[in-house]
Amino acid sequence: MAMAILRRLGQTLFVLVGISVLVFLVFFATPGADPTARIAGRNASPQTVARVRVEYGFDRPLPVQYIRMMEKLFVTRDLTSYVNRGEKVVPEVFQAAPVTVSLVTGAAVIWVLASVAMGTLAAALRGGWVDRGLMMLGLVGISIPVFWLGQVANLLTQSRYHDSWLFSWVPGLGYVPFMQDPLGWFRALVIPWFTLAVLFIGIYSRVLRADLVAVRGEDFMRTARAKGLSPARVLLFHGLRTSMITFVSLFGLDFAQLVGGGALLTEVVFGLQGVGRLTYQALGNLDLPLIMATVMYSAVFVVIANAVVDMLYLLLDPRVRDGRA
Amino acid sequence: MPLLAVRDLTIALPVGGRMVTIIDSVSFTLGAREILGIVGESGSGKSMTALALMGLIDAPGARITGSARFKGRELVGLPQRAFRDLRGREIAMIFQDPMTAFTPVYTVGWQIDEQIRAHGRVTRKDARARTIRLLGDMGVPDPARVADRYPHQLSGGLRQRAMIAMALSCNPSLLIADEPTTALDVTVQAQILDLLRRLRREYGSSVLLITHDMGVVAETCDRTMVLYSGIIAERGPTGAVFARPGHPYTAALLDSIPPLHGARPARLPSIPGSPPAPADRPAGCPFTPRCAYAHDACAVRPPLLPRGVQDIACVLPAEGRDLPARCATV
Repeated sequence: MAMAILRRLGQTLFVLVGISVLVFLVFFATPGADPTARIAGRNASPQTVARVRVEYGFDRPLPVQYIRMMEKLFVTRDLTSYVNRGEKVVPEVFQAAPVTVSLVTGAAVIWVLASVAMGTLAAALRGGWVDRGLMMLGLVGISIPVFWLGQVANLLTQSRYHDSWLFSWVPGLGYVPFMQDPLGWFRALVIPWFTLAVLFIGIYSRVLRADLVAVRGEDFMRTARAKGLSPARVLLFHGLRTSMITFVSLFGLDFAQLVGGGALLTEVVFGLQGVGRLTYQALGNLDLPLIMATVMYSAVFVVIANAVVDMLYLLLDPRVRDGRA
Repeated sequence: MPLLAVRDLTIALPVGGRMVTIIDSVSFTLGAREILGIVGESGSGKSMTALALMGLIDAPGARITGSARFKGRELVGLPQRAFRDLRGREIAMIFQDPMTAFTPVYTVGWQIDEQIRAHGRVTRKDARARTIRLLGDMGVPDPARVADRYPHQLSGGLRQRAMIAMALSCNPSLLIADEPTTALDVTVQAQILDLLRRLRREYGSSVLLITHDMGVVAETCDRTMVLYSGIIAERGPTGAVFARPGHPYTAALLDSIPPLHGARPARLPSIPGSPPAPADRPAGCPFTPRCAYAHDACAVRPPLLPRGVQDIACVLPAEGRDLPARCATV
């Protein structure tokens, strides 16, 4: 098992290096774009241009440029933005990360709990009106665009009913750091959480229900019933526990891509200065160092999250533990 | 009073809007400590009979009629809640494929503990002790270690032993074994059959052994019931059925086993054709299309009539044309 984990970590590192090389090549080594001039800025004196060229190694071969870039990104962390002169890129990402992580983690808790409850209930009452109603609700959740839902939520809680007792507790748009004011943090995020979670509740509850219904036909479910177990125990301990394996792999992918910047729409609608929004701005301004930093951040996160999911797999499925799955 | 008395058990399932009879008036009894073999091809309704006795038929719209009295208690129409109490404790079942019959994510010991604890107030520790003892009884080497293994880590034979241990964990008076040896290789098969025979001595269980293998029946069962296409073709003491099969189907099944003594035939005889689908069974004897003795009288379904110690559903004995006795036992 230790060997499997080590091997997985090795792969993770390899993938990260590959991504960084690719992103570097795409943004800095494309012909026609002179990064020196862009970093130095418009109307820069020849001296400044020369200094930048030497500092970033743009007068040296590509591999050296790449290593310089990585050094500035990970070791000295003094890569500066093209657009906001003098603004260091790495701290900017580190400032945005907690916002995104808070948003996505909270939403994840909500969507996991709600979808497990909905999926299991629907599978248990398969064919009945509860089942149909819940699955219909799930479909509605999948179909609602998150930016629309966010705007409607804002409309209701920020303006239309903000003065009523129902939503008077809702603070203005924006983020409140957890360390500063935990309650404020919660109040600022609870509506974004639910907004972001709605889509995933729909997907996950439907996937889980389908999985649970499929697993009913398995031999081991018949054995469990033949043992004289109660229907609830058969469903939860044998059905749900087995279905969790698919659920977790799906969750890992979604969670990682959201933390890596995929929650952009929610962040924009609720005025949260998260990583998704940062990436979006960087792309809009063609702010190459910032793009480099956010893409690397997101890659690191996706790859790490995948590694974590694989570890969870080891815990969840004894067959994978033995490397036989 | 027999342990289990099944009378006119009939099971119909809705197929394409109409009810199709899968099992047609099957009757048999099973005494205490008896092993009854139910033989038949795939689709003859063997497993369906077993599932009905366990209350595990949950196809929507299934109709089960007739009577099955277990220890005097009627099983047909018993509510699921009452069935749950019987299942695992009074009637236990062993399934064909031990690989898929265990939940893959729990250890074998955990799953046996679960059954023990489902039917009595037993502490975790006591349950595990009983599990280990049972596994040991089933001839599992190093039972304490095997209990901590996951199903996929065990061989087929060990898994089936664990399955039997689980079935026996609450001392059931009836054990239904649905093709318990089909998925195993031959040497393990023999060991498992040995184990089943020992059960009645050591645990006092009656066994309903469902199989398509005449060899397994000859080795294990006191009495044999041959099912064909949802009806009983023949039933009787195993020795008699094997020595003087009264139904051409039984005889054909016996013919298709390679003889142990004498010259081997170049080609084993097989039964031509395949059994009819439940929806298009003929009105008369369902074996007619494949029977070498088929004649006009077969157009009416023959009732199950006693002939010596056997009961045979064929017109031949009544016509005085008994099938030839077989000298060789299998």
